[in-house]
Amino acid sequence: MMSVLLEVKDLKVHFPIRGGILGRTVGHVKAVDGISFYIEKGQTIGLVGESGSGKSTTGKAIMGLAPITSGQILFEGEDITRQVRKNRSPYRKTVQMIFQDAYSSLNPRKRVNDIIAEPLRNFENLTPAEERKRVDELLAIVGMPAANAAKYPFEFSGGQRQRIGIARAIALKPKLIIADEPVSALDISIQAQVLNYMKDIQEELGLAYLFISHDLGVVKHMCEYLTIMHNSRFVETGTRKDIYESPKHIYTRRLISAIPDVDPLKREENFAKRNALVEEYDKNKTKYYSEEGKVYDLRNIESTHYVAIPEGYVSEQKLGGEQI
Amino acid sequence: MEDTLLEIKNLKTSFRIEGNYYNAVDGVDITIKKNEVFAIVGESGSGKSAMALSIPRLHNLNYTKIDGEVLFNGRNILSLTEKELNEVRGRGIAMIFQDPLSALNPLMKIGKQIEESLTYHTDLGKEAKKERAIELLTEVGMVNPELTYSQYPHELSGGMRQRAMIAIALSAKPELLIADEPTTALDVTIQAQILDLLRKLQKETKSSIIIITHDLGVVAEIADRVAVMYAGQVVETASVFELFKNPQHPYTRSLLNAMPTTTKDNTRLHAISGVVPPLQYMKRTGCRFSPRIPWVESSEHEENPTYHEISPGHIVLCSCYKNFKIDNSKKEAEVK
Repeated sequence: MMSVLLEVKDLKVHFPIRGGILGRTVGHVKAVDGISFYIEKGQTIGLVGESGSGKSTTGKAIMGLAPITSGQILFEGEDITRQVRKNRSPYRKTVQMIFQDAYSSLNPRKRVNDIIAEPLRNFENLTPAEERKRVDELLAIVGMPAANAAKYPFEFSGGQRQRIGIARAIALKPKLIIADEPVSALDISIQAQVLNYMKDIQEELGLAYLFISHDLGVVKHMCEYLTIMHNSRFVETGTRKDIYESPKHIYTRRLISAIPDVDPLKREENFAKRNALVEEYDKNKTKYYSEEGKVYDLRNIESTHYVAIPEGYVSEQKLGGEQI
Repeated sequence: MEDTLLEIKNLKTSFRIEGNYYNAVDGVDITIKKNEVFAIVGESGSGKSAMALSIPRLHNLNYTKIDGEVLFNGRNILSLTEKELNEVRGRGIAMIFQDPLSALNPLMKIGKQIEESLTYHTDLGKEAKKERAIELLTEVGMVNPELTYSQYPHELSGGMRQRAMIAIALSAKPELLIADEPTTALDVTIQAQILDLLRKLQKETKSSIIIITHDLGVVAEIADRVAVMYAGQVVETASVFELFKNPQHPYTRSLLNAMPTTTKDNTRLHAISGVVPPLQYMKRTGCRFSPRIPWVESSEHEENPTYHEISPGHIVLCSCYKNFKIDNSKKEAEVK
């Protein structure tokens, strides 16, 4: 695999729980508990999970915003696990992040011009004229007139703020962008604008995205490959087709069946399906989780499709039952 | 009509901004029948929540004016005194909100909060109230109702809190439940559970539900009839089957095309140009959606938009729906 951009090996992020008057560590919250994956150049990987599944912590750990307990992060084949938390390392330049709440990630007292130019000033020595030109270019890429550079973040709508966030993220020509719920706070029409821009920019700049979201509709639209996260671990990984058309793990199947269908004629059917799955979930839970409730390791069941099941489970019993 | 529960006539709700009042709800007529789920859908700023809060008159009247008529079982709620209104609130109309944690009392156990409502609306004794509270908690699907009874809101998960809210809302057996974005803050599996629960309870009690949402998926799952709101007006009303099969108003169709639905492939999404304008700058004449579909000729719009009945019960505002086509090529329209 020549073109692997980022590889994560057995990543763990455990946060200590302190208790007692001495503040000793009494336990750990295992936010991320042993996950491995890789992203190829120009690819979009979706990371889906419900709140508390550890998906945001994964993104933060890759950005160096959360401490890595163990595991390795390789960028273009080089182990950079120790570099990610260092300021001004070259890695910081090539991996950028966009956040859910664009407004709180933009400094309210700075003009758009300064916000977008900040990464340029940190990493590149540009003359004021060059910098100005670059900022205008970046604004044009996200579809904003250059006149906006003199405005403050509060003067913009939610979608425009998110686009400013994107312009800042692509200022240093990164190779990978970690997008943590980039459209969750936006109205549907604005969400469409931002998603379209993200796709355009990806083509133009050859970007890879790690697209973190709880919204299975958005992820299906954006990502060719995706992985489902639950209880700090991966339960299922595969192509869009693998996951949406033949989900195998009971958790994935429940998640997919919970997506509201836009066809009102199917709702009774969906309702019955959901109920059947909840029953099956209660009955068969022990088969999909270990005694401590831990998700098993991923196992390959088809060329691109991996499911977290115990050893030998596939041969014993047909997985997945009826189709969703 | 026999089966009419709530009739909203020419409702105008205005907020005070820098001394002037601006209509957030601008002349809405809606009729809710008995035993139905009515969805109101729109983006933020469309006036859907402002309208919902006007029904039980929950706005702070220092900053808000409500005009028009809200007839609940034939009585105009807007002309009731506060005391009379409190009779209607709870027993007649109950409400649940998006964020149950801020709607629940953090210092009071769940069971006591249900009992509080029972004290106001029923004349049950102490023991009977506790029994009824636990019964309600069971009805809304709490796994361990006795335990939940003596828990505080912070001890519950988001979905459980919303269930507790529903239990409180149902305690007085309301004829109408208004649910303002009840599942927006919840995970998708929990959302499905809450929607299924609301649907089941509605069928059992034969009451009516008004559900306010921005999510057309939620509408398709639960509603019987739908009103689409834009800039303070209802732009389209139809049965849920008709709306999804045969959407007419440009706004409805734009919204449906902007959805990254789970059934479509990764084609380009339709992005509606511009944004819902803020109240002060909202266009008050002509078709209010016209600035967001700039490629539509002005002759397509009516000067004073009227409602057109396309088929029985399917009503659309303004004539611009007739020749409307979704235009995906207008990338520059997104720039602004």
